[in-house]
Amino acid sequence: MSDVTRRQAVLKIAMLFNGVVGFLLAIPIVGYLFSPVNRGRKNGYASWVSLGSVDEFPAGQTRLATFRNPISTATDGETADLPCWVRNVDGSRFQVFAINCAHLGCPVRWFPQSQLFMCPCHGGVYYADGSRASGPPERGLFEYAFRVAGGKLQIRAGELPTPGIAANKTLIQIERTPPCA
Amino acid sequence: MRLIRAVGNWFDQRLQLSSPIRETMEHQIPRETSSWFYVFGSAALTVLALQLVTGILLALIYVPSAGEAWNSLQVLNHQVTLGWFIRAVHGWGSNFMLAIVLIHMVQVFLFGAYKFPRELTWILGVCLLLMTLGMAFTGQVLRFDQDAYWGLGIGASICSRVPILGPWLVQLMLGGPIIAGATLSRFFALHVFVIPGLLIGFVGLHLLLVLKLGINEWPMPGRVVRRSDYMAKYHELTHTDGVPFWPYGIWKDAIFSGAILLCIAACALYFGPFGPSGQPDPRIIQTVPRPDYFFLWLYALLSLLPPAMETPVLLIGPAIALVVLLALPFFSGEGEKSWKRRPIAVLTILLSAVTLGTFTNLADHAPWSPMMDASTAAAIPAKYLTGRTPVEIQGALVFQSKQCHNCHSLGDIGGKRGPALDAVAVRLTPDQLVRQVLQGGGNMPAYGKNLNPAETTALVAFLETLHPSAQSPARDASLTAGIEP
Repeated sequence: MSDVTRRQAVLKIAMLFNGVVGFLLAIPIVGYLFSPVNRGRKNGYASWVSLGSVDEFPAGQTRLATFRNPISTATDGETADLPCWVRNVDGSRFQVFAINCAHLGCPVRWFPQSQLFMCPCHGGVYYADGSRASGPPERGLFEYAFRVAGGKLQIRAGELPTPGIAANKTLIQIERTPPCA
Repeated sequence: MRLIRAVGNWFDQRLQLSSPIRETMEHQIPRETSSWFYVFGSAALTVLALQLVTGILLALIYVPSAGEAWNSLQVLNHQVTLGWFIRAVHGWGSNFMLAIVLIHMVQVFLFGAYKFPRELTWILGVCLLLMTLGMAFTGQVLRFDQDAYWGLGIGASICSRVPILGPWLVQLMLGGPIIAGATLSRFFALHVFVIPGLLIGFVGLHLLLVLKLGINEWPMPGRVVRRSDYMAKYHELTHTDGVPFWPYGIWKDAIFSGAILLCIAACALYFGPFGPSGQPDPRIIQTVPRPDYFFLWLYALLSLLPPAMETPVLLIGPAIALVVLLALPFFSGEGEKSWKRRPIAVLTILLSAVTLGTFTNLADHAPWSPMMDASTAAAIPAKYLTGRTPVEIQGALVFQSKQCHNCHSLGDIGGKRGPALDAVAVRLTPDQLVRQVLQGGGNMPAYGKNLNPAETTALVAFLETLHPSAQSPARDASLTAGIEP
């Protein structure tokens, strides 16, 4: 009898030992798996990137600009080279729109003749100021915060803009520095 | 011959597998189930084996790196001997797989095979369907081209709509802040390790249950399933009117599986591999992303749902569908099996098939997408231009240059997003045309800021000419000479 309980006790200790080891191992594994989320929360993904000289964006026009995503790795290839639409409203005020449609992220195209952005996927259309004109999007185009520093137009970018709530609040915000900057 | 037998015996003495294998192969099945309706499960298994083999062959060359994947697909298509063929077989195999799995599911549903005691077999089958869809989507991502890139963006946008967790789900899905190297790598891991591993395990359990519980007997109207006596009745059926699976049942499975493999190879040979389309460079925005065939219905749904309903339908719809599928054997675990006595089951299948078919067909034409190059590539039919005044011709130019043609067709040429304008003058008076153009509405952008008065006048003059010769344009009845103040 005592032999059986001893066996059972030893087995329980063995299982407990394995449970503890498993838990200890799970910590780094879970940390590794969730690292994309963690990094996003701690320091944020967004930082200022240059789109080039302000002179490349003439007043009254909307032009395509590209930038290398501030966070990228050696295996990203061309996928880290991102486009965006820069609208120079009146020579001193800018609007920088994400390429991604606010509906499901397809690349919107600018049509200067009709002053509209059109999306090739589900037919979303936006006016020149990025506000929604028609189609399935529930809101206007995403905008990057911008500033002009040393004659360069800079935007605060780093994360794929999506219709998610937190992304709108923390990462893509309309924040215009004064035109004299 | 004697040597082969001796070697065989040597192994069997140690492995002791031959008698359980023989028993399994010769297990009794009800006579009517050696039928051409019972071949889809084994065909799915055969295609799975084909996908595993061709998948491994592709992995010999494919590079799962965002910077190199597209190039390695080009190498497979153009440089590696018969690389194009292996890609084609894998791609067509995936299409056939989904089709066979769906047919298998319909057959199982209509034959009442999910009822007692095969509930768990059905549930595992539903899981296998989800995994098959998962393989299809992740496979489309591995074909890392423009469609894959923007398809990931759509997936991320859908994920982001999950309340509270959305933005973090996006980062988990993408493996970082944007669609890039980490994204492709994790989809590679899912497509090559995680889902196939689960798939093989679940297929094993699914098959084990088929063997343990026996294949579903041929449903007869009036032969009702009851938990109390089903097992005894099934046992009686298989032993009084049963035949061994080998060789009575298996030859049909073998012939059908062979025919399917032949069809896949023929499609691969004739149609070739799928893509890749353009390079996955987000800077190339002259692209019209389209999902693969089996997700076209979803593409249609996302275009046609009213904006406010989209998020609830996207997030709650799949959950409801899944719960219904998983719960099916529990709220309908007994009763009639024959589809002849289950009209609602038949109607459900017909309705689902018509719905999916209609959405897929619509998505093939995508009338909701503007024709992005219509203003430069789509001509206005000559009959709408001959004999017109200079102002009307000027209006036609405005129509073309202001991208009206991207959404409105003339003579069936141009976008289908808005209504065709071939007879617009019959529907709207000149004043209504001006209002519609300047203020928009009804899903049309307002052009008030982008047209000067001369352009508006010309455009409306042109639109006024668009009516059948036998029908006069619409007129405001209150403005006719008689009652005009």
